[in-house]
Amino acid sequence: MIYKKLIKAFSFFVITLFVVVHGNSIVYCQDVTILNINNASIRKIPLAVPEFKQFLKGANIEQDAKEAQKFLMDAFNFTGYLKIIDERAYLAKPSETGIAKNDIDFLDWTGIGAELLITGGISVDNNKVKLWLRLFDTFDMRLLVGKIYTGESDDLREIIHRFCGEVSKKLTGKRGVFGSKIAFVSRVNGKKEIFKCEFDGFKPEQITFHKSISLSPAWSSDSKWIAYTSYAKGKPDIYIKNLKEKRGAIINKEGMNIAPAWVPGQFALVASLSFSGDPEIYLLTGTGKIIKRLTDSWGIDISPKFSPDGKNLVFVSRRRGSPQIFIKNLETNQIRRLTFEGGYNTSPAWSPNGDRIAYVGIRDGRIDIYTIGIGGESPVQLTSAAGDNEDPSWSPDGSLIVFSSTRQRGMAKLFVMTAAGEEQRKLLKLNGEQTDPDWSMVND
Amino acid sequence: MKKRVFTNVIMALLVVGLFLTVSCAQKTVTSEPDTKTDQKTSDQAKAKVNPLKPVATGDADVDFINLDIYFDFDSAELTVDAQAVLQGKAGYLKADKNIKVIVEGHCDERGTTEYNLALGERRAKSAKGFLVDLGISESRLSYISYGEEQPAVAEHNADAWERNRRGHFDIK
Repeated sequence: MIYKKLIKAFSFFVITLFVVVHGNSIVYCQDVTILNINNASIRKIPLAVPEFKQFLKGANIEQDAKEAQKFLMDAFNFTGYLKIIDERAYLAKPSETGIAKNDIDFLDWTGIGAELLITGGISVDNNKVKLWLRLFDTFDMRLLVGKIYTGESDDLREIIHRFCGEVSKKLTGKRGVFGSKIAFVSRVNGKKEIFKCEFDGFKPEQITFHKSISLSPAWSSDSKWIAYTSYAKGKPDIYIKNLKEKRGAIINKEGMNIAPAWVPGQFALVASLSFSGDPEIYLLTGTGKIIKRLTDSWGIDISPKFSPDGKNLVFVSRRRGSPQIFIKNLETNQIRRLTFEGGYNTSPAWSPNGDRIAYVGIRDGRIDIYTIGIGGESPVQLTSAAGDNEDPSWSPDGSLIVFSSTRQRGMAKLFVMTAAGEEQRKLLKLNGEQTDPDWSMVND
Repeated sequence: MKKRVFTNVIMALLVVGLFLTVSCAQKTVTSEPDTKTDQKTSDQAKAKVNPLKPVATGDADVDFINLDIYFDFDSAELTVDAQAVLQGKAGYLKADKNIKVIVEGHCDERGTTEYNLALGERRAKSAKGFLVDLGISESRLSYISYGEEQPAVAEHNADAWERNRRGHFDIK
């Protein structure tokens, strides 16, 4: 913890310097980020989440209290950077002695190695639930986050996740995965439909009913739209669908209209259209009108994805004889090749931090997920010896990657791992094959 | 002049092709052109042939639909075998000028969905282009890619992949 204090002191110094140098009162970042989730060899911070204190007794309060605690534990277990200490090791019971700072003897928690503590209180009244939630730094004996929420009992999970977002923001500087969603393709009666679920695989929900082949879902930056490819009208066209209202557009030019991806922060997208003879990448409006052609080569150009700042485009091209990943600078129009190892590199995904690209590579017949720095430096293999692994997509905070894998009985299912390839686990249980996951960039 | 040379090459291929068409699916089974040879006698040789691939029946209608062309991994180039099958299809299409055909490009399950859609399109287009070169009117030929979405064989092994990397031909 001395180390942590040093960092804090130093950060304070830097921030002060920043303010002084700029001579105004706009502080760039007053909150100190405690944890860098982009660090590959992250040490998990031990967290204690004791039983909730039950205030005003309502009908289901016991059950709600248990559920709230479980939602918290599951949520933080999912992140990959916190470790929940087993409840049986706890020396104190804030549910009986109190959940506020003055009620807590922090030695009870530092004594079992907990560096962070979350206490919760709950009251239920006519299906209205009220929650008091606090995050403490046990060694500093300091309240980091304190929030009160009210809502319907049915919204308990959502409320807890809102608090988790606050905790995540305090610890990492970002709201994390909480509230984000994952779109994917799932097989239904032999056909492929687009589905969505919550970041942790909860509540899968079918959103297309074309009874056809639907592929490649892509969230708009504001998560209000999904673009995807579908054979609903007999050939591959792009469908742009508003999730709340019955609005949308279809891109159905001659040939294939595939691989949509949104421009960050805009109602515009890129896609591969083959009406000119072979697939080239175009910039399009959100209603499907061509703004500009972005590639021009005789080979396949496919799977475009923007850098988070929208200034660069990563895509797959066969212009050098095998599928490789290229980056186009949209300001200078220069194109450079990113991958050189292996004869098959596809399916690029730009990390939200902008520094790395995840992709699929085939080596010796094995299909695995890799990441590489945007300058082509330090390629890392994230999956190995576990089926075919495809379709990587980053979580909004860049800490996790969702992908599809055939590691269990040869059937494609969705899995999640940390950006360093650790803690690979199944995302959800759903009948049939699941592929093409795309993680939304918004937490709402 | 160039076109003349090309036509000659095509004609030469046609002759070889016609021979191969009859026996292409079984050519490694036996050196005898007689396809009625008792199959049990060639078990050992049969192992070299992908058991999942359909064989020519001699019935022109059935063969036109059933005989696919096959591609190497990540390739849209027409192999000698594929060209031979296409010669047969061209002959069939020349015999009945009313037939319109849709050429389907397919891929095996390995590799990325989107890339395979593009690869399937290239496969369909190279097959279509070859038929056009053989004199079939472009207006009779359309194409579509199904990428890895419609495998002929739903298994996950080398034989299935070989069978799934294909061009398929349907009469409209």
